[in-house]
Amino acid sequence: MDTLEFDRTNYKELLKKYIETKDEQSLYGAEQISKSFIKNNILPEEIVNLHIQAMIELYPGKSKEIYSSMNFLLETMISYGLAHQEYQSLREKQLELQSEISVAASMQNTLLATSVPKVDDLDIGVISVPAHQMNGDYHHLVTGKDGTIGIAVADVIGKGIPAALCMSMIKYSLESFSEQSANPKLILENLNRVVERNVETGMFITMFYAQYNPSTSILHYASAGHEPGYYFNAEKNNFEEINAKGLVLGVSSDTKYEQYELTLNKGDMVVLLTDGVTECRNNGKFIESEEVIEVIKNYAHLPAQEAVNQVYKYFERLQEFQLKDDFTLIMMKKNV
Amino acid sequence: MNLEINVTEHPDIILVQLSGEIDAYTAPQLKDKLIPLTNRKGVRIEVDLENVNYMDSTGLGVFISALKSSKENGSKITLFNLKDRVQRLFKITGLHQLIDINLDERGVNN
Repeated sequence: MDTLEFDRTNYKELLKKYIETKDEQSLYGAEQISKSFIKNNILPEEIVNLHIQAMIELYPGKSKEIYSSMNFLLETMISYGLAHQEYQSLREKQLELQSEISVAASMQNTLLATSVPKVDDLDIGVISVPAHQMNGDYHHLVTGKDGTIGIAVADVIGKGIPAALCMSMIKYSLESFSEQSANPKLILENLNRVVERNVETGMFITMFYAQYNPSTSILHYASAGHEPGYYFNAEKNNFEEINAKGLVLGVSSDTKYEQYELTLNKGDMVVLLTDGVTECRNNGKFIESEEVIEVIKNYAHLPAQEAVNQVYKYFERLQEFQLKDDFTLIMMKKNV
Repeated sequence: MNLEINVTEHPDIILVQLSGEIDAYTAPQLKDKLIPLTNRKGVRIEVDLENVNYMDSTGLGVFISALKSSKENGSKITLFNLKDRVQRLFKITGLHQLIDINLDERGVNN
């Protein structure tokens, strides 16, 4: 006898026992049976039917009104049964979608994988964590043929799958541009044209592109409407916002970008991020950029990778481990 | 958090008063209300953002779409009463240069 058949027989026994003794134990048994029924997709009207059959067998010849009322109940349960079936099939579909999305997310990880270049005088730490399965933030680090290090941080409008699809376009364009060892200004101008042609109205991307030249210690950079990063000046011992003007990518095809430069000295630090960092909310209140700087300061003495990990952990705790937005943080420390 | 959208038509302008948060969840609602208004040739739409405390990039996307649509259809759209945080977003993204934002008229709480 399978479990189900056993439960059906057991139902009658438990019912009898309960009617005769009003015993709590049989109510507990009923609870267990109902769980087993749900697991086996037994519909509510089938249970009412089972109840009717059990009553007929246990107390034949009892009041006809009771049985009629039971049939009535059975009829009213049918819609619940249909709703339950619908719920079951939605659950299956949801599981299917979930597994498709996790396949896509792991494809995205492979596709967008980037490794941190080894530079003698620069300690680089990177962390990027998606709020949901797919990441709408993008970062890319690349060593050019001339030995310069290209660092891109981007945020695609919106989250989830549409953002992730847009990302592969950026990656491939960016790879072909950085091959030509162009400067940040030209890279953003070229990328902007590609994005403008390929995204629908109202969609856009923000990007900060920096290029570090180890032989001169100069960081060249340009921004396409991206959240400003921070520069720590070791000599002055202060943090300042890296202000770079520029329109977001994908809105106007002939946008020109301004290029800026910064000479990095020993102990200096550059922090690049996305708005997932600066738009953290604590109990519904937004944190201010001074607070972000304070947190970064607290961990700045650590090696760059450890520092970004700690900063992330801090903000994760602050938001009770529920990221609202994708979170990307890059830290570059000039050692020598 | 929800977004309340209040549209009142005056003889020469359409006033759109927004209240709440503009994010990925409320942006489609705003788009559905705002874009049809921009399709009307010759109208002037003024969007009051005094009671919008939060807006994310999806909100910016709606205003870019509205701007493009108004240019194509010969209408005009202006934003005013922006809170500091919202204004900062337009400035960082460079969109304040494209979209007509009235910076003088700002909410008392700024």
